[in-house]
Amino acid sequence: MPEDPEVNQNRFGTGVGNNTQRRLGNVNDQSKCACSCGCITAEDPRFAELKSYIDSLNQEQGITMPVLQEAQRSFGYLPLEVQKFISENTGVPLAEIYGVATFYSQFAIEPKGRHHIGVCMGTACYVKGSQKVLDKLVEELKVKVGCTTSDGKFTLEATRCLGCCGLAPCIMIDDDVFGKLDDVSRIPDILGKYE
Amino acid sequence: MGNVNVTVNGIEVSVPDNYTAMLAARQAGVEIPSLCFLKDVNEIGACRVCVVEADIKGVPMRNLPASCILQVAEGMNIRTNTAKVRKAVKTNVELILANHNRECLTCKRNQNCELQSLCDELGIDQVRFQGEKRKPTIDNLSHSIIRDASKCILCGRCISTCRDVQGIGVLDFTHRGFQTEVAPAFDFSMRDVDCVYCGQCIEACPVAALTERQYIDEVFEAIEDPEKFVVVQTAPAVRASLGEEFGMPVGTRVTGKMVAALRRLGFDKVFDTNFSADLTILEEGTELLNRVTTGGVLPMITSCSPGWIRFCEMKYPEFLPNLSTCKSPQQMFGAILKTYYAQKMGIDPKKIVSVSVMPCTSKKTEANRPEMEVDGLRDVDYSLTTRELGDMIKRARIRFANLPDETADSILGEYTGAGVIFGATGGVMEAALRTVADILTGKDLKDIEYNAVRGLDGVKEASVVLPIDGKDTEIKVAIAHGTANAAKVLDAVKAGEKDYHFIEVMACPGGCVHGGGQSIVSAQVRLDVNPKANRAAALYAEDEACVKRKSHDNEEVKALYNEFLGKPNSHLSHKLLHTHYAPRKVYECQA
Repeated sequence: MPEDPEVNQNRFGTGVGNNTQRRLGNVNDQSKCACSCGCITAEDPRFAELKSYIDSLNQEQGITMPVLQEAQRSFGYLPLEVQKFISENTGVPLAEIYGVATFYSQFAIEPKGRHHIGVCMGTACYVKGSQKVLDKLVEELKVKVGCTTSDGKFTLEATRCLGCCGLAPCIMIDDDVFGKLDDVSRIPDILGKYE
Repeated sequence: MGNVNVTVNGIEVSVPDNYTAMLAARQAGVEIPSLCFLKDVNEIGACRVCVVEADIKGVPMRNLPASCILQVAEGMNIRTNTAKVRKAVKTNVELILANHNRECLTCKRNQNCELQSLCDELGIDQVRFQGEKRKPTIDNLSHSIIRDASKCILCGRCISTCRDVQGIGVLDFTHRGFQTEVAPAFDFSMRDVDCVYCGQCIEACPVAALTERQYIDEVFEAIEDPEKFVVVQTAPAVRASLGEEFGMPVGTRVTGKMVAALRRLGFDKVFDTNFSADLTILEEGTELLNRVTTGGVLPMITSCSPGWIRFCEMKYPEFLPNLSTCKSPQQMFGAILKTYYAQKMGIDPKKIVSVSVMPCTSKKTEANRPEMEVDGLRDVDYSLTTRELGDMIKRARIRFANLPDETADSILGEYTGAGVIFGATGGVMEAALRTVADILTGKDLKDIEYNAVRGLDGVKEASVVLPIDGKDTEIKVAIAHGTANAAKVLDAVKAGEKDYHFIEVMACPGGCVHGGGQSIVSAQVRLDVNPKANRAAALYAEDEACVKRKSHDNEEVKALYNEFLGKPNSHLSHKLLHTHYAPRKVYECQA
């Protein structure tokens, strides 16, 4: 039997569809508009900077990537207002911009936490128990993998090999490496070091 | 451009050197299956259903190239029917089926689906790959278009059509991998994005990922309700496409059978939107003359196409004062039906159900615009597409091909040739010129075929010299069809490069004959047949067959003015037949 269709379910703003649920399944505060109305206003000086960056590029094909990269660097993420602004100022349809922004993992649609946690899931770390590390972080932070804590402090991600297999299992928080985490009870203390 | 010699399955042919292997094969009498390919619109070699084996002068090409994007070369040897090709094509289609929502029996495109036909042609008798499927998610918030991502096969035909043909770009590939979905930005509903509801994406979709919102059940229910007086109007372009729903050649004119079928479906009165097309010409022509003589806003731009109106409201709000204030023929008809006709026939207008059959999906949204009513009664209660009418006729089990030819009822059914050609690009302009020229010269001009405004060039220009206030004045006009072409014309006007008196814009390429509500012509058929040209030819043929070919000669329209409206652009005309526009914002967060 086919599943019952989901009609206009999981609407975000007015959004519908599978990916909305995927993208928003983790947002603790569902009442908050995830397109971040109010967080970034039109008067934000970063828009003017982005505009002059766009103007500095020749209006030729293929400017979407550099403009999105600049916006990601400047705003830290690419909410609706920012993508709309880019669309209006480049003439590239919003759907195309959104398509690019959701294709590459270097772009974020939702704000990232102040601190980025990367849990190494490379072979060595995995064999040495990085799944337990990840599970512990999920439990401590009450957040799903790929998501940001409701207080905006941490973003939790699983990554590929971090290149320090001798320290397996290991994680990185921002630029700091924490290795040999066989004893996951150390994790709350590590997290406590970050504001 | 020279010719090259290629061999297809052992048959030698000489073809132009810009041909693809697919077209060369066609010339050799070989049909290559395709799915993502849509001639001149989507030629991206993505689905790998059209792969072939090829070598050039004995040197084999790597892998199996996609024939839709493989340019021919001298000495190319193309093989389409080898075991290797058959196996690859079959596997590629099986992979598409793996996560496709295969509910064919209850699918809107059952028997009219390019994927289904492919499975049949390729002899796919089992689905070997079983895995996770896309969840059926349906966005049916807009009045016009329904999107179901579980049916989507990611061919990209809708994306190319919207972005490149129409110049809008509502849809694109979003996310990646298994999660890839053709959707508007930020998963917005089609209701809330810069979609003009032209439905060209529906025409492009090989499956049922994009379909129109249907009102068939509501209309049947109204017909069966003895309390209701159900009246139907049919747009000019419908008669040029409805026959295709019953297997007739593209562009077969079925005016008489269409009327007969509507009677048999049980509509109390069968009228014709051509009547209100004639009425539109009198209102719009008068408005144009007023603007020209009194220094009004020029160029005046037509307002018949609701897709174009929405496009203008969203993308070019500075041109809103240029839009004719005339409602579209669909809405004018409804307004006259529930006032003049109801009074004259002594029918309570509240009991009238106004149904339209349109070649258009945007008309559904237009009919639902809040201002499209008079004294609280909707001008149009249900707007159906040509396809929906085809479905109704099938459900009623009427043998369409065997129907006699009948004519529309009086007193809202008479029409002239000018009304008929509204359905083709340039038709409104030609109809307007026929009437305006007669009014200004005070003569019954015989030379009424304005060939410069006909045809499928994206932007057409013409000028006619007409006496205004006793002075010969050159009236300059332009015609654009497809919103991308409309944007070109508006940009030129805005930049001061062009200067016109009157512009006709239709949102769909080719005009209404190729509207998003028309019968769907498959990509393979479109290689040989141009639906725009065939259907336009059907309308021009009907125009030629009409005794009266000028809107102001329509006796029923004359009676409407004499008995009810007074004269064109009268106070009552303005109340019933004219409207207003406002800039429209989209992609607004509604949290």
